[in-house]
Amino acid sequence: MTGSTQRIWGMVLRNLYLLRSSWPRLFELAYWPTFSLLIWGFLSQFLMTNSSYIAQAAGVLISAVLLWDVLFRSNLGLAITFLEEMWSRNLGQLFISPLRPLELVAALMVISFLRTLISVVPAALLAMPLFGVWVFDLGFALAAFFFNLMVMGWAVGLFVTGLLLRMGLGAEGIVWTGIFLIAPITGIYYPISVLPEWLQPLAWSFPSTYVFEGMRAVMFDHIFRWDLMMGAVLLNIVYLIAGAVSFLIFYRIARVRGLLLQQGD
Amino acid sequence: MSSEPALVVANLVKRFGKITAVNDISFTVERGSVTALLGGNGAGKTTTMAMLLGALKPTSGAIHALGIDMAQHRYDAIPRMNFSSPYVALPARLTVRENLTVFAHLYGLDRIKERIERIAEAFEMKDLLKTAVGKLSAGQKTRAGLAKALLNEPELLLLDEPTASLDPDTADWIRTYFETYTRQTGATILLASHHMGEVERLCKYALMMRHGTIADRGSPSELIARYGRQNLEEVFLDIARDTGTRSAAQ
Repeated sequence: MTGSTQRIWGMVLRNLYLLRSSWPRLFELAYWPTFSLLIWGFLSQFLMTNSSYIAQAAGVLISAVLLWDVLFRSNLGLAITFLEEMWSRNLGQLFISPLRPLELVAALMVISFLRTLISVVPAALLAMPLFGVWVFDLGFALAAFFFNLMVMGWAVGLFVTGLLLRMGLGAEGIVWTGIFLIAPITGIYYPISVLPEWLQPLAWSFPSTYVFEGMRAVMFDHIFRWDLMMGAVLLNIVYLIAGAVSFLIFYRIARVRGLLLQQGD
Repeated sequence: MSSEPALVVANLVKRFGKITAVNDISFTVERGSVTALLGGNGAGKTTTMAMLLGALKPTSGAIHALGIDMAQHRYDAIPRMNFSSPYVALPARLTVRENLTVFAHLYGLDRIKERIERIAEAFEMKDLLKTAVGKLSAGQKTRAGLAKALLNEPELLLLDEPTASLDPDTADWIRTYFETYTRQTGATILLASHHMGEVERLCKYALMMRHGTIADRGSPSELIARYGRQNLEEVFLDIARDTGTRSAAQ
C-alpha cells in the first residue's frame, strides 16, 4: 500500500480503532435504526389489518424506514467522523500531515459506508424474525437504492462538513438536524402525489425521492423503474460534485482565514 | 546533505482583514541548524509557523522548504517535515501505538511496527504503547507528540514550545534528545519557545519577532552582546517591551 491508498487507510484505521475502543459508540450506531424498526414494524402490523394500502405490500413501511436510515446514517457517518477529529482537537495534526483534502473526503466516505453497515444491517436482519420482512428479497433493487442513498448522504455530509470547517463547532447542530429538512417532502412513507402540487418539483430535486418512489414501484407493482433509477443516479452525480466542491471551497476559506489549526466554538 | 538552506522565507505577509499579523518578514534557516523563532504573545510566531506548515495561506510572499516552493508543491515537502506542539492534541481514546500507527500511514512510512518500537524505545515509552493518550500525564503526552513528530525522521522539524508544562528533568531529557538527533541526522529545527535558557542551549541563531516583524536576529551570544545584557531573557524583554538599546548601534 502506498501514496493515497495508504493515507486513506490510515484514516480508516484511526476510526476503526476509535470504534473498537468505545462500545457506547458502536451501540449507539445500531440503537436508533433498531428502535425505529420496532416502532414502524409494529405500526405496520397494525395497519396491515386496517389499511388496504399497507395490506397490498407488507413491509413497505419497514423497507422505507431502513432505507431512510441508510440516507440518514450515511450523512451522519461522514459528518460525525469529521466531528470526532474536531472534538479530539486532531484536525491540526491532520491538516499539517501529507493527507490531502480529497483523500480526507475519500476516507470520510469509506468510514461513513462502514458506519452505515454497522447501523442498518442489524436492524435489517431483525426485521425477519420480528416482522417476517426480509428486505434482502429486493435483491439488485436494494443494492441500487442503498448505493444511491449512500451517495446522497455523502454529498449532504460533505457540505455540512465544509460548514463545520468554516464555522467551527458552533455549526454542530446542523450535523444532527440538516438532513431532516428534506424528510417530509422526499416521500419516505407516502407517494409524492400526496404533496401539494407546488411542492412536488422541489421533492423531485432530491435523489432520495426517486429511490423511495422506486421502492414503492418494486413493492406494489413488482417492477424496477429504470427511469427513476437514472434520475437518482444523475442527480447524485450533480449532488456529489457540488458536495465535494463546496467542501474544497470551505477548506480554502478556512486555510486563508487560519481556521484549520484553531477549531472550536 | 544539500547545501541549499532548509527554509527560505521571502517577504512573507499575512493579513486578517485590517490586521497585519505577519508583516513582510524574510529569513533563511541553514540545513542542520537549530534556529529559534522568538517573540511575545501576538508577535506573529504561531502565524508564521502555520504558514511554514502549509496550514495557513500567506497573503503574499514566498516560502521554500527543503528547496520546494510551498505555494506550488507543498505536498512534496510535507512528508519530509513534521511538527509538534503541546497545544495540538493526539486523539485521546487511541493508544500511543494506535496513534503512531495512524500517523505512520498518513506519512506513507514502511516498516511501521519496527519504527514504532524504535521511537518508543528512544522516548522511553515502550511500556506506554498500549495506554490511551487520554490517560497519559502532561509530560507523557508531550513525549507522545514528539514521538509522532519524529516518526518520519523529518529533515525539517518545527517545534512549538516542546518543553512547556514539563518538569525540569523531563525538559532537560528532551533537549538532550534534540541535540543528539540533530547531530546524528543533520536535521534542521525551527523552535518557538518562551524558555530562553532552552534557546541559549539549543540554538545557534535566533529570530526575534515583534508586532509581526523580525525586530532583530543573530546568535544568542551576539544578541546578548548587542543589547549589553547578561542573558537572552533580558534581551527578549527589551525587544518585547521595545525598551532595549542596541549597544552596537550606539
